Amino acid sequence: MSVAESLPNSATIGVPQPLVDGPEKVTGRAKFSADFQAADQCLGRVLRSPHAHARILSIDTSAAEAMAGVDAVVTGADVAASYGVLPIAMNEYAIARDRVRYRGEPVAAVAACDAQTAEAALRAIRVEYEVLPAQFHAADSLRDGAAVLHEEKPDNVERRVDFELGDVDAGFAEADLVLEREFFNAEVCQVQMEPHATFAEWDGEREELTVHTCTQVPFYVHLMLARTLEMEKSRIRVVKPHIGGGFGCRTETLNVELIAALLARKAGGTVRLISNREETFITHRGRPETTTKLKMGLAKDGRITAVVCETLQRGGAYSGYGIVTILYAGSLLYGLYTLPAVRYLGQRVLTNTPPCGAFRGHGTVNTRFAFESLLDELAAGLDLDPFAVRRANLLTAPTMTENDLLVNSYGLDECLDWAERASGWRERKGTLGPGRGLGMACSHYVSGASKPKHWTGEPHATVNLKLDFDGSITLLTGAAEIGQGSSTVLAQCAAETLGVDMSRIRVVASDSRLTPKDNGSYSSRVTYMVGNAAIDAAENLKAVLIEAAARKLEATPEEIECLGESFRRGSQDQGLSFEQATAAALEGTGTLTVKGVFETRPESWGGKKYRGAAIGGTMAFSYAAQVVEVAVDADTGEIEVVKVWVAHDCGRALNPLAVEGQVQGSVWMGLGQAMTEETRFHDGLPITANMLDYRVPTILDSPPIEVGIVEARDPYGPFGAKEAGEGSLSGFLPALTAAVADALGVRADALPLTPERLLELLEDAPKRRRH
Amino acid sequence: MKSVLSLRLNERARDDVVADNLLLVDYLREACGLTGTKIGCDGGECGACTVLVDGQPRHSCLTLAAQVQGAHVETVEGLGANGRMGALQRGFHEKLGAQCGFCTPGMIMAAEGLLRANPDPSDAEIQAGLAANICRCTGYVKIIEAVRQAATESRT
Ligand code: FES
Ligand code: FES
Repeated sequence: MSVAESLPNSATIGVPQPLVDGPEKVTGRAKFSADFQAADQCLGRVLRSPHAHARILSIDTSAAEAMAGVDAVVTGADVAASYGVLPIAMNEYAIARDRVRYRGEPVAAVAACDAQTAEAALRAIRVEYEVLPAQFHAADSLRDGAAVLHEEKPDNVERRVDFELGDVDAGFAEADLVLEREFFNAEVCQVQMEPHATFAEWDGEREELTVHTCTQVPFYVHLMLARTLEMEKSRIRVVKPHIGGGFGCRTETLNVELIAALLARKAGGTVRLISNREETFITHRGRPETTTKLKMGLAKDGRITAVVCETLQRGGAYSGYGIVTILYAGSLLYGLYTLPAVRYLGQRVLTNTPPCGAFRGHGTVNTRFAFESLLDELAAGLDLDPFAVRRANLLTAPTMTENDLLVNSYGLDECLDWAERASGWRERKGTLGPGRGLGMACSHYVSGASKPKHWTGEPHATVNLKLDFDGSITLLTGAAEIGQGSSTVLAQCAAETLGVDMSRIRVVASDSRLTPKDNGSYSSRVTYMVGNAAIDAAENLKAVLIEAAARKLEATPEEIECLGESFRRGSQDQGLSFEQATAAALEGTGTLTVKGVFETRPESWGGKKYRGAAIGGTMAFSYAAQVVEVAVDADTGEIEVVKVWVAHDCGRALNPLAVEGQVQGSVWMGLGQAMTEETRFHDGLPITANMLDYRVPTILDSPPIEVGIVEARDPYGPFGAKEAGEGSLSGFLPALTAAVADALGVRADALPLTPERLLELLEDAPKRRRH
Repeated sequence: MKSVLSLRLNERARDDVVADNLLLVDYLREACGLTGTKIGCDGGECGACTVLVDGQPRHSCLTLAAQVQGAHVETVEGLGANGRMGALQRGFHEKLGAQCGFCTPGMIMAAEGLLRANPDPSDAEIQAGLAANICRCTGYVKIIEAVRQAATESRT
């Protein structure tokens, strides 16, 4: 495992590349969903439930419908089919039918000629409710006599996951120190900068629908539009224009996207539905409020001997991704260290709060916070260095974990070395003076889920390359560019394989009428899976060009030397330019389109040792280690993060600039969750649904983040690459609390660690454990 | 009530009849088609709508169109020249100060206001100048680098 040797002919790979769509973004030309307009458009508005749990007795829309300027009113009666991202758990409706289960759930929507008319129409809708008892925390929903949210889940448990692998009791018996703690993570929200927006056009003549929407998963939106509008998929076109971030919020179809389409069809025209920030918060899909009870044993030599983890998640009112989240929280205990024995009990609970979803680092973050925190405390208890403890538990790739996750490449050891060296850990730890401290932690993440949710037998990724008379190559992909740089990395993969300049490749992405289907941008799948498909397509195109050149030069393909922009037969030959080779390739066939695909390997599909064990299966894991330095004011509880050093093993760094940006963004998002962010409700009423009460860190709160790129090349990754955009998020949380413990001697088990929480902790400190 | 608004918008003079309660951001986006300026929040919380009014950064979501009567309003679309990116635009592009790009127009206009007042800002001054602008993608690290590069380029 060493830094990858540079590739031959490496013109674009491994070289920092500004994003191919960067100029549009910095000049204001980039069109986002809210930027589309039509002269005859109507504006959509949504009526939302004032109750957290209620039966809808009646809805009277007649007054609204009669108003001048109102083009359509829709209610739950207009949409009979449920939807949801997991085929086994579609229990949500675009608009509530019969019952609302969280405050702010849509109960009706209108399309009108302008905003004022739309607002007036909403006020004219009469809804009669019968209010039902409601629960706002997981523990309350589990109590005897709690109101049942969904009849098919009489105990309010969305999914209970229970497994034991290895001999846990023997593991604890072998340990020199066993500790048990309870950790708490507040609910957090993605708060991508762009509020939700959908531009839906209904073509009444053809009965066809075109939707521009801010999604990470245009294909899933397409499926859910077809399902809920009961339309043929071929009559729907979904386009993802530029989108202002996602972070997992938009990895499932959102009700507002479906509502916009329902309105457009009923109005027989074009509807622009833009959610405001408050509605975007309420649409939610964040990371659940989580309690993690963790028990771990450590031997004197630093080996982890046994782990028991009990996770309780507040899932919100509908299933969404819930089953996957609670499975990930257990399965990805594995994959980072050697764990001989693990018992996991996870419960995903339904509550009368907005549904949670797949926030960046999906399922792993709160578990990793608990795990690394407890490991740090155990290390201190046995007087071991935190780095040494991690090194005592390293995996050796290639290997399979106890729960059958494939680990083919593993750069955690190098990450540890880099973070330790860069932060000056050995010299500086314990010498920083009062109120200052250093903490460290590790983390990892998948490079795409190896088993797709919608199993159709198709490959995981498909890319088309079109070569035309002008010698330009158009790369057609369904992969959703969401700011992570996917279009850039795909252009790099194709250009590198063909040996041509990147500017010859134009990327067209995410338009169901033009581009091949793609599952979307989630679980860090795009670089690995779609990148491989792009390489495959480029290899196929290269073969076509070489064959054409051979025909022209009267040689065999084997004799042709491909120099990327030119093709020749031996070094004396003048050869063909790219344009000439293109012309030769098009002779007799015309415009060429070639295809490339990617399939995961069966050994990466995860295990079968418990129900849902496939969740966590991936072709490759990324690894990260980080050190956080803090300066804490014990009088005010104010924590300043002085600096973060983070090493991330992304395999071959295809675009080091984008890797750095992704890693910095991840660490910083961890910082927000660790320090300031918290989604709160008062009796189900969202009280942090704006960007002042929900505190996203500003530039003043944000530290320098130095990134060390570690390249443990993956044998099957595109040019050896793995994921870069999620794996270093979760490590920040425990590294921060470890740094605070180093500075003040108190360990925070509950996040965010606001000044209030820290002061409380310090006040209680004499009564509580200190390390 | 409506009245005639006369202003300079990205160097060009313009007159429009606008409602007295029309927000500047809606005037720019809806009436003028300058959708580079973004709306990221319900008022004054995110900075995505930042434009320059007579050279000063202003939240266009908290400003009425009627308030910029006679003023020079500049948006992100006005920063380039001859189809080329301006210094800050180039800095944000080359240094990856823009990932999704949604905060970028506001961020660039706030930085433009800063650099006009202070062509050689320290990192702390850059941070102070951009304190009202939220970015959810970058962790701000590369935004600071982008502004630094633009400042250097503009001075030389
Ligand atoms: S749109 Fe957020 S401050 Fe103006
Ligand atoms: S680049 Fe996405 S919000 Fe700043």
